[in-house]
Amino acid sequence: MAKDTEDGVGTEPRGVSPEEQPLLRVDHVAKSFGPVKALIDGSVDLYRGESHALLGENGAGKSTLVKILAGVYQPDAGHVLLDGVPINLASPAAARDAGISIIYQEPTLFPDLSVAENIFMGRQPLRTGRRIDRGEMNSHSKDVFTRLGVPLNPSRLARGLSVADQQIVEIAKAISFNAQIIVMDEPTAALTEVEVSRLFDVMKNLREQGTAVMFISHRLGEVFEACQRVTVMRDGRFVNTSRIEDTDIDTIIRSMVGRDVSSMYAENTTVPGENVLEVEHLTREGVFTDVTFNVRAGEIVALAGLVGAGRTEVARGIFGIDKVDAGTVKVGGKKLAHGSPLAAMAAGIGFVPEDRRQQGLVMDMAIDRNMALASVGSLSHFGLIRKASERSLASEWAARLQLKFGRLSNNASTLSGGNQQKVVLGKWLARKPRLLIIDEPTRGIDIGTKAEVHRLLSELVAQGVAVLMISSELPEVLGMADRILVLHEGRLAAEFSRGEADEANIMRAATGQLKKSAA
Amino acid sequence: MTTVEDRELLKLPEAEPRNIEDRLRGLVRWEGGLVILFVASLFYGASTSPYFMSIQTFFFAGLNFGEIAIMALPMTFIIITGEIDLSVASMLGLSASILGYLFMHGWSIWAAMAICLVVGIVGGALNGFLITRLGLPSIAVTIGTLTLYRGIALIVLSTNTATGFPSWTTNLSLPIGGTHIAYDFAIFVVMAIIFGVVLHMTPFGRSLFAIGLQQETAFFSGVRVKRIKFLLYVLSGFICAFAGILYTFQQASSASDTGTGLELNVVAIALFGGVSIFGGRGTIFGVFLAVCIFGSLQASLTDANVSAQAQTIVTGVLLLISVLVPNARDGFSRVRSQVRRRRVRGAT
Amino acid sequence: MSIIDDEVATTLPSKPTGSPILSRVLRFRELAIVVAIALVFGATYLKNSQIASAANVQQLLSGPAIIILLAVGETLVIITRNVDLSVGSVLGLSAYLDGVLFEHNPHLAVPLALLAGLGVGLVCGMVNGVIVAYARVPSLVVTLGMLYIVRGVDAIVVNGHQIDPSSIPQSFVNFGSNNVLGIPILFIVAVVAVAIVGYAMRSFRAARDLYAIGSNPDAAVLAGIPVQRRIFSAFAISGALAGLGGALYLAQLATVSSVAGTGYELNVVAAVVVGGVAIFGGSGTVLGAALGALLLNTINGALDTANIAQFWHQAIAGAMLLAAIAFDRFVVLRTDRVLRVEGAQRDNG
Repeated sequence: MAKDTEDGVGTEPRGVSPEEQPLLRVDHVAKSFGPVKALIDGSVDLYRGESHALLGENGAGKSTLVKILAGVYQPDAGHVLLDGVPINLASPAAARDAGISIIYQEPTLFPDLSVAENIFMGRQPLRTGRRIDRGEMNSHSKDVFTRLGVPLNPSRLARGLSVADQQIVEIAKAISFNAQIIVMDEPTAALTEVEVSRLFDVMKNLREQGTAVMFISHRLGEVFEACQRVTVMRDGRFVNTSRIEDTDIDTIIRSMVGRDVSSMYAENTTVPGENVLEVEHLTREGVFTDVTFNVRAGEIVALAGLVGAGRTEVARGIFGIDKVDAGTVKVGGKKLAHGSPLAAMAAGIGFVPEDRRQQGLVMDMAIDRNMALASVGSLSHFGLIRKASERSLASEWAARLQLKFGRLSNNASTLSGGNQQKVVLGKWLARKPRLLIIDEPTRGIDIGTKAEVHRLLSELVAQGVAVLMISSELPEVLGMADRILVLHEGRLAAEFSRGEADEANIMRAATGQLKKSAA
Repeated sequence: MTTVEDRELLKLPEAEPRNIEDRLRGLVRWEGGLVILFVASLFYGASTSPYFMSIQTFFFAGLNFGEIAIMALPMTFIIITGEIDLSVASMLGLSASILGYLFMHGWSIWAAMAICLVVGIVGGALNGFLITRLGLPSIAVTIGTLTLYRGIALIVLSTNTATGFPSWTTNLSLPIGGTHIAYDFAIFVVMAIIFGVVLHMTPFGRSLFAIGLQQETAFFSGVRVKRIKFLLYVLSGFICAFAGILYTFQQASSASDTGTGLELNVVAIALFGGVSIFGGRGTIFGVFLAVCIFGSLQASLTDANVSAQAQTIVTGVLLLISVLVPNARDGFSRVRSQVRRRRVRGAT
Repeated sequence: MSIIDDEVATTLPSKPTGSPILSRVLRFRELAIVVAIALVFGATYLKNSQIASAANVQQLLSGPAIIILLAVGETLVIITRNVDLSVGSVLGLSAYLDGVLFEHNPHLAVPLALLAGLGVGLVCGMVNGVIVAYARVPSLVVTLGMLYIVRGVDAIVVNGHQIDPSSIPQSFVNFGSNNVLGIPILFIVAVVAVAIVGYAMRSFRAARDLYAIGSNPDAAVLAGIPVQRRIFSAFAISGALAGLGGALYLAQLATVSSVAGTGYELNVVAAVVVGGVAIFGGSGTVLGAALGALLLNTINGALDTANIAQFWHQAIAGAMLLAAIAFDRFVVLRTDRVLRVEGAQRDNG
């Protein structure tokens, strides 16, 4: 996965030497929220012209550190030093003035305003009478986009931009500020491969102009591709910093988790049984076309492909979230009514969606109620919910999934990302599904919980459940799936069995260089 | 699959300090405050007038407030799902007007009532259709139908006033035989119990909260969001039409402007009862207490010869309290953390 | 649909500022109201040419002046993803207090009376603003509360009294009823307010902040926008304009009781929504809102002239409002689709 010293790694960052003053030093910074210590000892040095990866499991304190740099949170202890001088990042504006820009995973644009105005919000160029000079603003924006090598129209609305383009707008904003430090918080999570490589080009560009980039990602492969140094955090503390050529993925994982993760993936030895799901010629105009496949009991089938290839949409079509235009979905040989999640559920399908916070959980609802949300009907007696059954269902699944929580009556928002995912899983497993559709099972989940989720999926198929998995992480697809279906622009481009598949041929199929007939 | 270790894992965090806070929060819930306020309002009433604590007072309070209280119940459901219905009072007026018109034109009272209820259902369905099928914002839609329904009421009854309803109907403004309870209030109490059970104890009620908190998750979990919202507007229309009938009987007359402006009172009661305007939070018990408080305050202020218009100050202040007090907690902790931070900074 | 759209695009010079699609749709939106006003006027004219008489046109312009003023302020508030339901009550209070002022100072100059009304409104608006912005409570609830409180205060202050025309100086009454070059002064005041605020909303940073706040409140905080101060200002301005509206109300009617302005709030919100301001904030223009108010009033006037019974007015206004909302929804869906297609074409090309 680490591509040695071919592309990114070769360029020696200017000034990465112990004598030189770091551009930014985060020095033993701490932050608590009530009794929760989010950050105990955050430390990291950032030099001009380097891309520096900040790694750690969810809950390691990265986001808190980022928010401190953004001026959103104030540290309880410790200092942030710019060129050796302590600075007070009292507000987002102060951070901006200090030359620090943050690119969030979900870009925070104003959809109703133009791209140029998004870039210059709050500091639009002025002409006489302190009036906004729109011409100047648009031409400035155009200049920045030219520098980045991305042709975006500055006067179009931000509404409707792809996530990748939104990030480019954010980076343009940072550049227009003359930001010296750009912090990217999981920028690649929602990008396609093409977009990721475009982003890395932009990063390289920035680096060569002397900007320091802090890069946060859960995809370790990317870190080796794009960064020169890496700092690992664990449980709110700094663990170590190393040059990328002095370390490897296993070492980094060990320091992130604090222990050895013996084997990430378990082999599925279950012999597939009957067809559980049969999808025939499923079509939704302009989204996916003529998709046909099946999933048998006791096997994991992965839907791979680039973001935007229609993977999630196919899953949504099967589960009845969206209406499809043509084709049939059969579960256990019986045709399913279109466009009805209830019908899909009644047929024994469970659906763990990709967006946990918006689609998987009711964040401000108690954990037990979340777990029971899809089963309240069957927990009722004469139309009234039996609260005791509800609670016992929740505590049973909390125990089975080794959920780490305060009380079952706490809101789901109090849980870490991995534990939230377990609640969503519990919600569907409580219904004893025949088929589990799981979209990005481990996105934004720390490595420890990731392995647990994978083990759980393996156990499920061993019990004869059929699993349809969608994942953007190729190692996960290769490690978990018995069969891999690759979508390209809404059509099935290839199907591989576990033995045939490797990263190269999946990517070829996903980028349209391989047609299904050839497979 | 559950091992001893797992069980320990389950128990472990129970010692966390957060739980004590949780329990405390449960005790000082909004409803608790409302109960205290209700008692306080009774004391206030008793202190202003020796007659306040008489059964008569309560009868009239119940009578004056019955329709608003009844309309607040479906409103509570709707606000919990994160929507709003501002057309309720117009629907009440429309129902009253149609009742009066049909009765004056020789219809039997029963047939006229049936038509009113059907009109309520149709009106609610129009709201529901525009909101759930066309995806329009409910606040804008129901401002539109507020005007529309009132307009239709004007067309139906113009400036006439319908009177002469059968005596059994107008007797509804008297207490229930042998008691001192107003019919309106009794009907409200029975309905509140039903609404409370539905909201807090059934899967349907649970799904309302899920919709209000996270609509998409609810849909992904098999809740038929659009259908439920549609049904709620139909329910609201139906009950407001029913309230219109009651109102007419109680007043023994109906006019096209019956109940003008009551929509904001209804919303005010629901919000004061602790229903969050953002959806996902609220109880029928809270709304019930809010009705009691408004009722008793109105009664005591009327006793004290405060004009009806000046009484609106109380409505306004209570509304502000209902949003400011729950927020004060967060406000205090914000200020506290700022002070602490300043101290930390001062120390270093 | 697309034919009209294209025509608009070609007849209007495409300005260098703003996205072509954005401006096309927005201009289209405002143009659509102008067209609607013209249609209503034209249809009525065919039935009864009386509507084009000078007196009638003046009536059509001065009638909605106050609502236009209130709609301008309401637009600022709604753009920030808030709402101000207290405008009707504030108008009533300010109109009455202005009248009391005249009772005590019969020779008060007109500008001072206007300023006094504006001041009363400003205070109310600032109270709204402080509570919404700094105590961070939903504006719908706060301004609903203020609607009641201000109305109650009004009732207590008025205490059964009524301002009657004899106590209002002739100069002020003239201000409320006279015309300049055939145009009612009240309408000129409203137009001036629309022009000033409308220009400011395009050209000043603080005003653009309002759009940013309504478009994405979290991003606004991150962008370093003083969100609380801006929301406070929006409410203060809305209050001030409602107060000014109160003074105009007094000038127009010369009589004020404690129910003045009751129910205006929903009319104002209706005008703003008809004018194409998104009820959930972030987009819309002051000009649109003003045209929305003008349209609703023109419809009423037209119905009068066409001898359609008064009883129909409200029902038709309600139906119009629903049509406007549905139309907006259609436009938004269409814009979204166009923007997505535009993005896809660039990606492919």
